[in-house]
Amino acid sequence: MHFSVRSAWSIFIREIMRALRTVFQSIIAPVLTTSLYFIVFGAAIGARMPDLGGVDYGAFIIPGLLMLTLLGETTSNASFGIYMPRFTGTIYELLSAPVGVGETLAGFVGAAAVKSLILAAIILLTARLFVDYSIAHPVLAVIYIVLVAASFSLFGFILGVWADNFEKLGIIPLLFLTPLTFLGGTFYSIDMLPEPWDTIALFNPIVYLVSGLRWTFYGSADVDIWISFAITLGFLATCIAIIATIFKTGWRLRA
Amino acid sequence: MPEPILELAGLTKVYPGGLRALDNVDLTIRKGEIFALLGPNGAGKTTLIGAVCGLVTPSSGSIRAFGHDLSGDWRQARKRIGLVPQELATDMFEPVRRAVAFSRGLFGLPPNPARIEEILRSLSLWDKRDERIMALSGGMKRRVLIAKALAHEPDLLFLDEPTAGVDVELRKGMWQLIDQMRARGVTVILTTHYIEEAEEMADRVGVIRNGRLLMVDEKSAMMARLGRTEAHITLAEPLAAIPPALAQFPIEIEQGGLGLCYRGGDGTGKGKEEVAALTKALTFAGIDYTGIDVRESSLEDIFVSVLGEDAVPHETTSESEPV
Ligand SMILES: Nc1ncnc2c1ncn2[C@@H]1O[C@H](COP(=O)(O)OP(=O)(O)OP(=O)(O)O)[C@@H](O)[C@H]1O
Ligand SMILES: [Mg+2]
Repeated sequence: MHFSVRSAWSIFIREIMRALRTVFQSIIAPVLTTSLYFIVFGAAIGARMPDLGGVDYGAFIIPGLLMLTLLGETTSNASFGIYMPRFTGTIYELLSAPVGVGETLAGFVGAAAVKSLILAAIILLTARLFVDYSIAHPVLAVIYIVLVAASFSLFGFILGVWADNFEKLGIIPLLFLTPLTFLGGTFYSIDMLPEPWDTIALFNPIVYLVSGLRWTFYGSADVDIWISFAITLGFLATCIAIIATIFKTGWRLRA
Repeated sequence: MPEPILELAGLTKVYPGGLRALDNVDLTIRKGEIFALLGPNGAGKTTLIGAVCGLVTPSSGSIRAFGHDLSGDWRQARKRIGLVPQELATDMFEPVRRAVAFSRGLFGLPPNPARIEEILRSLSLWDKRDERIMALSGGMKRRVLIAKALAHEPDLLFLDEPTAGVDVELRKGMWQLIDQMRARGVTVILTTHYIEEAEEMADRVGVIRNGRLLMVDEKSAMMARLGRTEAHITLAEPLAAIPPALAQFPIEIEQGGLGLCYRGGDGTGKGKEEVAALTKALTFAGIDYTGIDVRESSLEDIFVSVLGEDAVPHETTSESEPV
């Protein structure tokens, strides 16, 4: 299989440059939203909440909050990254170049993932201002965040290829991602839910993501960490397979 | 005959919805030639280019470029092909030089600022190198796209209407650029609505309509084969019939005997000689005349005769004689 590092690097750098144009907004937005969540949930409500699994409520919501912002931002970043060239026609250059699925993914998805990691770091630093927390398994936490960022960059890429108008581009995050994340144990532990909702919640894939990240932070979570890892990897593999098929058939890319 | 650089065989494209944009096209492009693809709006020119450049999936037929079959070995071929699209599509926020350097990197080549400078200078874009593309005029934007297409030093360059929306001076500049390409040995395939342009630059011309390649020939051969000289001679005295002394010439009486019309020749200048001989014969026969109007048919006339009058795009009829 061919892979041109130069081609992939060119795409990657260009995507990063594109992000730098709106760097102020990219930093200020997560700092602001994270702060708001901590003021409302951490300070105002959290003060009246009992510890959850031995973790202070303010600290408990950090992984969920991180996941909430990460999933939304990563998906929209990656989907715009490929949707805009299709929309404006600049994709001609990519299609006419000697680059395949490998370089394209490394460039676009790599850049989206890197942006997400920076975003995660900003959120964690902002959280520090409000809550004192420590991370039980920092290496696993980083690996987990990288995996999630990569998976949702791929997911966003698929979304950006599938969407043929701006409405479709926005509707998936709005109708599926945000509700599932909110219902996925971001601000609560799913065993706080009454029957049958705690069982139903287990059909929500985001539950496993939030729970997995929470485990790397505090060493305990709703579901087993390995199940979380397996589901994340499964999602990643599915996205890669879909994208490989898209490139092979040229679906929505070539006329 | 020089080696073929691009070979299309039975190339067909049916768009979803059933529109047959390319219909069994066979075409061989030779190394180093300038090939002009002429045809009215919707003829399939852009689709043909798209099929070669990976923007359009052919429905059937085969494409070989540089000896590589594009369905398998597309990477090797794509490396050597450059494309300037018809539509102005580029990231408008990007500065000129970075946009061009990006294109080079995308094609897997190491950075080469000197080469980029040379390209920008040759397109008179060097002064604008750090300008955002959106701050440039339309003609300059088009040249940025050309610079991007040249950044990886292609051996085969597609120019999809390179001179649309470009002023007369720039159009001349474009022709010079294509001459430079020719000198470097780059093969150029261009589409145009300006027949004048094909006539000026191309070695060979292909005429396409409704997805069918109607005719492909050397420009000179096409003009020789289909070219005509037309002369209108105004007579001092009306003539009732053509005298036997002039019977050897392809002439007709017009304007009720007040004029003679000559139609002949073959586009190589033979017609002009014959008109000169005709005027001598007229003098010799004692027929006086007060005016001669001689016209060589252009590629445009040929285009009209191949496609039919209504097929000529508006641009050509209204702007074939710019300035
Ligand atoms: N993506 C597409 N989907 C469906 N039909 C298309 C598509 N692209 C082009 N066509 C149709 O295919 C035909 C050929 O289009 P094409 O763009 O190749 O023409 P063209 O010769 O380049 O015309 P022009 O001189 O106007 O640029 C047209 O009828 C056009 O409507
Ligand atoms: Mg076209």
